[in-house]
Amino acid sequence: MTDLATYNFGYLDEQTKRMIRRAILKAIAIPGYQVPFASREMPMPYGWGTGGVQVTAAIIGPQDVLKVIDQGADDTTNAVSIRAFFQKVANVAVTTHTKDATIIQTRHRIPEHKLAEGQILVYQVPIPEPLRFLEPRETETRKMHALEEYGLMHVKLYEDIAHNGRISKTYAYPVKVAGRYVMDPSPTPKFDNPKMHRSEALQLFGAGREKRIYAVPPYTDVVSLDFEDYPFEIQTFDKPCALCGAENVYLDEVVLDDKGGRMFVCSDTDNCEDRREHGHAGEMLAPTKEAAE
Amino acid sequence: MTDTPLLKVSGVSKFYGSRIGCKDVSFELWPGEVLAIVGESGSGKTTLLNCLSTRLMPTTGSVEYRMRDGNFRDLYHMSEAERRFLMRTDWGFVHQNPADGLRMTVSAGANVGERLMAVGDRHYGKIRETASDWLTRVEIGTDRIDDQPRAFSGGMRQRLQIARNLVTGPRLVFMDEPTGGLDVSVQARLLDLVRGLVNDLGLSAIVVTHDLAVARLLSHRMMVMKDGHVIEHGLTDRVLDDPREPYTQLLVSSILQV
Repeated sequence: MTDLATYNFGYLDEQTKRMIRRAILKAIAIPGYQVPFASREMPMPYGWGTGGVQVTAAIIGPQDVLKVIDQGADDTTNAVSIRAFFQKVANVAVTTHTKDATIIQTRHRIPEHKLAEGQILVYQVPIPEPLRFLEPRETETRKMHALEEYGLMHVKLYEDIAHNGRISKTYAYPVKVAGRYVMDPSPTPKFDNPKMHRSEALQLFGAGREKRIYAVPPYTDVVSLDFEDYPFEIQTFDKPCALCGAENVYLDEVVLDDKGGRMFVCSDTDNCEDRREHGHAGEMLAPTKEAAE
Repeated sequence: MTDTPLLKVSGVSKFYGSRIGCKDVSFELWPGEVLAIVGESGSGKTTLLNCLSTRLMPTTGSVEYRMRDGNFRDLYHMSEAERRFLMRTDWGFVHQNPADGLRMTVSAGANVGERLMAVGDRHYGKIRETASDWLTRVEIGTDRIDDQPRAFSGGMRQRLQIARNLVTGPRLVFMDEPTGGLDVSVQARLLDLVRGLVNDLGLSAIVVTHDLAVARLLSHRMMVMKDGHVIEHGLTDRVLDDPREPYTQLLVSSILQV
């Protein structure tokens, strides 16, 4: 009885971890290539980050410090439950500070704070195939990747410009990795695309339902697709963050009332809090107690 | 015409199990020449066309194509990447049903521009200019450039498909019943257009049709197929005016006269 394995660190059994690590290694060796893997059932529904959780579980060690964000926020349901999950099954240290974390699991944002060497960013990916909505046959899209036939991706961008006068794709904006594979950067806003380019951190992408893992190794070229006369542009915002006054960050719109009142605040909550602690204030920040008194 | 053929076909056979698709077909196609393959349904015309255009692997035989550098290459010994590149640059394939050859959910302009983007064109303005130029050449108003082919009539779709195939300046175009499913007046316009384009661009073409009138109008030479075999082969006017084989005589005499 006692030789039976009762519990394994980090939720997954060793065989599964080994299988996922092999997929990760292969993915790192071929940047942007989608490696199939035998995705497991996880104790959460598909679409809640089962791919990201499996990647994180396969690479996490007792010394790691984990941060989980959902649309940039550390305090939303998805982020809180995944963080709690890893506290429970791996007993690892968790943090909300980007710079303290060694592994950051993210749903659809890249933190504003520049990532450093040694950090790993794990993306939760719903649909890994950038060509999916242009060519529904998986056999065909794999062939297109293999033969580097990416004209179709530009057909999509062409259609955008023809109908809207500009490339209207704002998230999951296709990129070319290391001059070879076209990759879906998961539904991050295109604002984050430039952060992927030659990033110092390792970027891993896990798609649980679709059973694919892909990766961008550190210092790899990640170029957003565009036309010569319609170059790639990131979103810009008219106003700074209403709470911390940050500029050149990605902002979320928050509806305040039913009379059209709204505010724009940092999507990256950690960055916003950090700035406020350092005395930055936006126009709608409530005055602190000392200041009020 | 030059003195070297563009396509050399020797002994191409395709069997579907024990049934014959086409058997022992050999011919040469010269630059600027239009060859019609005629015959009744089930005679192996389309099988042969698919074998020639590498859409189908023949059971035996070889098809050699003279590349732009002047060297002959056996199509079935090329890598898939090379073959697919050839298919979308130097060749065209016009399907009977335009929906098979077009992307029905993207605009006419993008349909024409797709091949350009596939070979690395990255300038939106230039792609659009070329696309609208080609739409004009196939008599589609440039105001329809942003409409999807779904909104087009059958004749327009077929013309759009032709434009989409010719935009990269191919040297060889395969056509499978290009006028099938179109009414007679639209057929006449389309044939007129195709004939003009083939002449202007000096294209070689292989046209599969069961309609002898199409063969008469478009082709220089024709092959008559029956039960997978080529039974008669010659200049179009000769075959139609002086058919030798009994089956060809039957075929020619069964054209409806109004």
